[in-house]
Amino acid sequence: MELDPDDVFRDDDDDPENEALRQRASSKELVVYLVDASPKMFSTNCPSEDQKDESHFRIAISCILESLKTQIINRSYDEVAVCFFNTREKKNLQDLNSVFVFNVADREFLDRPTAKFIKELSRLEEFFVKEIGSQHGIVSGSRENSLYNALWVAQALLRKGSAKTADKRILIFTDEDDPFGNIKGGAKADMTRTTLQRVKDAQDLGISIELLPLSQLDREFNVSLFYADLIGLQGEDLAQFVPAAGERMEDMKYQLRKRMFKKRIVRKLTFSVANGVSIEVHTYAFIRPTVLGSITWLDSVTNQPIKIERSFICADTGALMQEPPKHFQTYKNQNVKFSVEELSEIKRVSTGQLRLLGFKPLSCLKDYHNLRPSTFIFPSDEEVIGSTRIFIALHRSMIRLNRFAVAFYGTSSHSQLVALVAQEEIIDSGGQVEPPGMHMICLPYSDDIRHAEELHSGTNAAIPRANEDQIKKAAALIKRIDLKDFSVYQFANPGLQRHYAILQALALEEDDLPEIKDETVPDEEGLARPGVVKAIEEFKLSVYGDKYDESDNAGHKKVSEASKKRKALADGAVQKSAQYNWDALADSGKLKDLTVVELKFYLSAHDLPVSGKKEDLVKRILTHMGK
Amino acid sequence: MEVGGYEHVVVLQNIKVVDGDLVETLKKIPRGTLPGDFLDAIVVGMDMLIKKYSSTNKGKKRLCLITNGLSPIKDPYEGSKEDQVNAIAQQMTSHGMKLESVVVRESVVLDENVSVMEENDRILNLFPKRTCAKMVFVESSTSLLGALKTRSISPVTIFRGDLEISPKLKIKVWVYKKTSEEKFPTLKKYSDKAPSTDKFASHEVKVDFEYKSVEDANKVVPPEQRIKGYQYGPQVVPISADEWDAVKFKPEKSVKVLGFTDSSNIMRHHYMKDVNIFIADPGDQNAILAVSALARAMKEMHKVAILRCVWRQGQGNVVVGALTPNVSDNDHVPDSFYFNVLPFAEDVREFQFPSFSNLPASLLPDEEQQEAADNFVKMLDLAPSDKEEMLQPDFTPNPVLERFYNYLELKSKHPDAAVPPLDKTLKRITEPDPELLAKKKSAIDSLLRHFEVKQNPKLKKSMKRMREKPSGSDEEDNYRRITSKNKVDLIENGVKVEKIGDLTPVQDFELMMSRRDNPEWINRAITEMKNKIHDLIEDSIEGDNYPKALDLLVALRKGCILEQEPKQFNDFLHQLCKFCLEHDLRSFCDFLASKGITLISKTEAVDSDVTEEEARNYLVKREAKPE
Repeated sequence: MELDPDDVFRDDDDDPENEALRQRASSKELVVYLVDASPKMFSTNCPSEDQKDESHFRIAISCILESLKTQIINRSYDEVAVCFFNTREKKNLQDLNSVFVFNVADREFLDRPTAKFIKELSRLEEFFVKEIGSQHGIVSGSRENSLYNALWVAQALLRKGSAKTADKRILIFTDEDDPFGNIKGGAKADMTRTTLQRVKDAQDLGISIELLPLSQLDREFNVSLFYADLIGLQGEDLAQFVPAAGERMEDMKYQLRKRMFKKRIVRKLTFSVANGVSIEVHTYAFIRPTVLGSITWLDSVTNQPIKIERSFICADTGALMQEPPKHFQTYKNQNVKFSVEELSEIKRVSTGQLRLLGFKPLSCLKDYHNLRPSTFIFPSDEEVIGSTRIFIALHRSMIRLNRFAVAFYGTSSHSQLVALVAQEEIIDSGGQVEPPGMHMICLPYSDDIRHAEELHSGTNAAIPRANEDQIKKAAALIKRIDLKDFSVYQFANPGLQRHYAILQALALEEDDLPEIKDETVPDEEGLARPGVVKAIEEFKLSVYGDKYDESDNAGHKKVSEASKKRKALADGAVQKSAQYNWDALADSGKLKDLTVVELKFYLSAHDLPVSGKKEDLVKRILTHMGK
Repeated sequence: MEVGGYEHVVVLQNIKVVDGDLVETLKKIPRGTLPGDFLDAIVVGMDMLIKKYSSTNKGKKRLCLITNGLSPIKDPYEGSKEDQVNAIAQQMTSHGMKLESVVVRESVVLDENVSVMEENDRILNLFPKRTCAKMVFVESSTSLLGALKTRSISPVTIFRGDLEISPKLKIKVWVYKKTSEEKFPTLKKYSDKAPSTDKFASHEVKVDFEYKSVEDANKVVPPEQRIKGYQYGPQVVPISADEWDAVKFKPEKSVKVLGFTDSSNIMRHHYMKDVNIFIADPGDQNAILAVSALARAMKEMHKVAILRCVWRQGQGNVVVGALTPNVSDNDHVPDSFYFNVLPFAEDVREFQFPSFSNLPASLLPDEEQQEAADNFVKMLDLAPSDKEEMLQPDFTPNPVLERFYNYLELKSKHPDAAVPPLDKTLKRITEPDPELLAKKKSAIDSLLRHFEVKQNPKLKKSMKRMREKPSGSDEEDNYRRITSKNKVDLIENGVKVEKIGDLTPVQDFELMMSRRDNPEWINRAITEMKNKIHDLIEDSIEGDNYPKALDLLVALRKGCILEQEPKQFNDFLHQLCKFCLEHDLRSFCDFLASKGITLISKTEAVDSDVTEEEARNYLVKREAKPE
C-alpha cells in the first residue's frame, strides 16, 4: 500500500515526499542550447571513440542528447530549448532569419524535456536537410547577422521565469572561432559591436552565456579572435579555456543518472547551549537514501491515473464513518482510549529544539550507536547574532579534546537523543570534500538495542578465541586485500542505475537495454593473484588446519538436512509420477478424477508449486504440459 | 510469606502472567528493615522457577536480581562462598536459566562498607564466568529504567550463509539486527457506533481502500487492474510488475568482502541505517576462530572491511557497507562484527559550505573565548573517569515510550486523566542535569560571560520559535505565567498597542483595531495581521502552524466585518489561496474549508460584492478541483 494510514505517527523529519515537494519549489534551471548549423559543422570530421569519423554537428547533438537523458531523471523540472543558427529555414517567435528553434508537439519552445522531444532530437539527421537545412548566415554584403539573431531569440526565450528563482543559461556549440572573419571593414566592427552589446544586455538580465568550442584537427579553436570578449575571458583563464571546455563536454556525456538536490535548509533550529543561552543553527540533509522517482497508479486499461479513496467502516455495525477521533489499546482486558490530542501530547517532550546535555569522549560513541542517516548542522547569525562564534568555539574545542556532544533533539512528533560529532573541513585538489560543521547522529535507546551476540553464549565451555599466530595470518591477509583509496562515494547504486536505464529504454522505445556495470562486485582477478592466494591459504591452514574443505562440507550437510528430505520426497514423486500416463489423463479430461495427493506427484516431480485448490492444481498441470 | 531457612527473604508474588493486580502489588512493595543476603534471594528465586517449570523451558527462564550489593553475605555452612556460587551456577546451567544482576549505586559508598561492597561485587562477578549471567552497574534511576527491558524481542537472523572473503575462503556467519528502532505502538482506531449494551463489540474500525478513476469518480478500478506508472520527465510510463521482473537487477544472494581499508576512510556520519551484527555460525568452531582472528587483526590494524551484501535471493538491490570489529571481553560471548550500511554515490549530496577560517574575524572566537569554550567542553563531562557514564544508550530508556506506558496504566484506572508532565527520571534525558549544571557553574558562567548572543533586531519572526516550549517542562509553566500576566497588563492598564506581537497577536490586533486616535491604525493592524498569517503558513512544517494561523484569520475576518473592510479580507483570502496553491500548501486551503472559513458576503458587510452563495462555495470549489 502506498498510503500511510497512520499520519499521526509519521516522523516528519525525513519524510521523502515532503522533501520532494519542497525541492520542486526551489529554483530551477532554464537552458537554451544554441547549435551552429553552418555547413562547416557538417564537413569537418573528428575521429570518435569507435574510430569512425563524426561531424562536429553530430558531436554537439549527441552531447546535448546525453545531457538531456540525464536531466530528465535528475532535474526534470528544468526547462530547455534547442535552437540552431545558420539555417536555411527559420522558425522563431521573432521571425528572424537563419534561426530555427527545434520542437515537438505539446511543448513550448522552452519547456521541460519530454521523451518525445529526446526521441525526435535523436533522429534529427533523418530530416535535418529537408526541414531545417544548413546555410552560412553571415556573408559579406548582407547585413544579416545570424549569431546576433540567435542570441536575440535565446534571450527572448529566457524571458520566462524570474531571475531570482531560475538560473538561466545559454550554451553555444560552434567550431567557428571568427564568425565575422569574412566581413571587411566597418561592417565587421559594426557587427562585432552589436553582437557584444546583445550579449551584454542578456547578461544584465541575469543570463549567463557559455561557449563549448569544437576544435578542428589541425587547428585549435582560437578563443581570442572573438569569443573571449563575448564570454568575458581574460589572462590565465584564456589559456585554460579550451582544454577545460573539452573536459566539460566529456562530463556532460558521462554524468551519473541521479536526482539532483539543491542545497536546502531542512530546518532552522534553536540550539540551547546552557542556562537559557540559545544559538541558531540550520540543518541540512547530506546523505539520504535515494528513492526511485514517484510512482503513480494507473488504470491498466485506460492508462489514466487513479486515485485512492480511504473509507472507515465500523467493524461491529458495518456503518460507514468519519475518520475516528479516538484510538485504543487493549490493556489488562480493557480498551484504553486515547484522543489524537492526547497521543501527540505524549510525544511532545521537546519542541523544535536542540538541547545540549553534555560532552563525552569520542570512544563512547560505538559503532552500533546508529539508527538512520545523519543530519548536518551549520551555524547562522541570521536571527541570533553571535551564534556562529559560539558554534565555532565549541567545534574547535570538541575537535581538540576529541569529544562529542550529547543533546536532545525533539520536534512535536519525534524526539531523539543525538550525538553531535564535530567534523573538520577536508579539502583536496577537487575542492571541499567534507565541509566544516557538526553531524547529528541519532543514538539508539536501550529499547532499540538487541543483544544477539549473547544469545549463543555457551554456558559451560569458554568460546574459542584466535591465538597470536591466527591473528598474525589474518593481518597478513588484510594487508593483501587492501582498498587504498576507498571512498564511500565511489559506487553507483547498480539497482537504481538499472532502473533508470530501463525506464529510459521504455520511455524512448529504445530496442536494446543499455548495459549497466555493477561496480560493487569484488575484484576476482585481484583475488586470484598468487600473493593473495598464498595469504588466504596460510590463514586457512592456521585457523582450519587441513579441515577447511571438511568443515565446509559439514556446514553444507547440516543445512541440507531439510533439503535432503525435500529431495527424497521429490525422488519419490518422480517414481510415483512415472506410473501415470499424464498425457492421456489430460487429453481425456480425467485429471480431475485423481486425488490431490496423486496430482501432487506430478507437481513435485516437475518442481512446481503444490499449493492451492484442486482446480488450481489441475490447471497448473495443464499449463505445464502446454495444453 | 517467609521461606524456611532463608531469613529476610519474602516472596511477594508467585510466578504468574503479568496483570493489573501484579502492578498494584508491586506498588505496595514492603520496605524491609534488615539487610538481606542476595545469594539467599537467588536461591529462593531459582527454587521457584524449578518448582514451577522443572527442566522445561530451557533458555527462557530468567532471574533478575536488583540489589545495591552493600549487605554482607553469610558464610555458608560448609565450603567457601565460591563453592556456593559454583553450586548455584551449576544448577542454573543445568536448568537453562539466565541471571541478570542490576547493581544500583546512586551515592558514593562510605568507608566501612567499601570492603563489603568489593567482596559482593567479586562474588556477583563470579556468575558470568560460571554460567549464563550478566551484570550491570547503574548509578541513577534513569539508567535503572533503561537497564530493564520493557519488551524483549527474540532475535531472528536476517542472513545465514557464507561471508566470502575470496572464492577460496568462506566463513559461515549468522547476521542479526543489533539496533532496530522500537516504534511507538500503533493503536487501533476506535469506533463508538456499537450500542453500549453490546458487551462483545470489538469497537474496531476497518479501513477500506478503493481505487477510482480520476476522471470518473464513480468508476472503481479493481486492484488487479492497477499498474504502476513511473515518472519520466513530465510523462508517466506504465510498466507492469511482470515487465519489471523480466529486466530488473537481480543479484545473487551472497555476502562478499570487497576488501579492507583504513578505518579513517569511513566517516562516522556515513553510517546510514540501523546496525547489523555478524556472528560466526555458533555450531562451527573454526568459523568462530576465523571471525575472532579477523576481528582482532582488524582492530589492531585500524582496518574495516567493505562488504557487498545481498541478504535474500530475489532482493532487488545490493547493499554496500562497512564491517567493524567488535572484540568481546566476556569469555562466554564470541567476537563479532558490526555492519553499517554506507551510502552510494547517488545518496550523497555535495553541498559546499564556507570554511570557518575564511569567515570574518567578527564571527570567529578570540583566544580567551576559545579557552572558555575549551573549559566548558571539558567540565560539562558526561563520562567522568570516576563515575558511570551518563546517558549511555544501552541504559537510557525512550522517554516517549515510558511516558506512554505510564499513561496507559493511569488511564486504565482513570479514563479521563490528563497526560501527566514528564517524570523527573525521564527529564534527565530530555533536559540537562541540574546537578551537573550547578556543580560546573563557574565553567558555564565563564562561557556566557565571554560570548554575547542577541536577537537580530531586523527579524522578529524568530520569537515564534524561541517561545515554543515542551509540554510538562518547567519552562512551559514560566512561559504560561508570563503570557497570562502580559495579557492582564495589557487589558488593565489600557496600554496603547502599536504593533502586533507574537505572544498575544489576537488581543494586540483587537486593541489596535479599537484605537480611535487615528483611523490609520485599522489599516496598519490589518496589514500586520496579514503578514503574520502569511509568515505562519510559510513557516509551517506539516501544518503545525495552521491552527494558529486559523485563529488569526478568524480574528481578522471578525475585525474586517466590524470595521466594514470586507474587501481587504476577501482580497487577502484570494491571494492567500493562490499563494498556497502555488507553493504546495494546498493542505492549508483544505484546512480552511474544513473549518468553514468563507469570504465575507454582502449579508455580513454591505460593502462586499460577494453573494452569500459565492462566499460559501469559494473554498469548497477549490477543494473539488483535482490538482
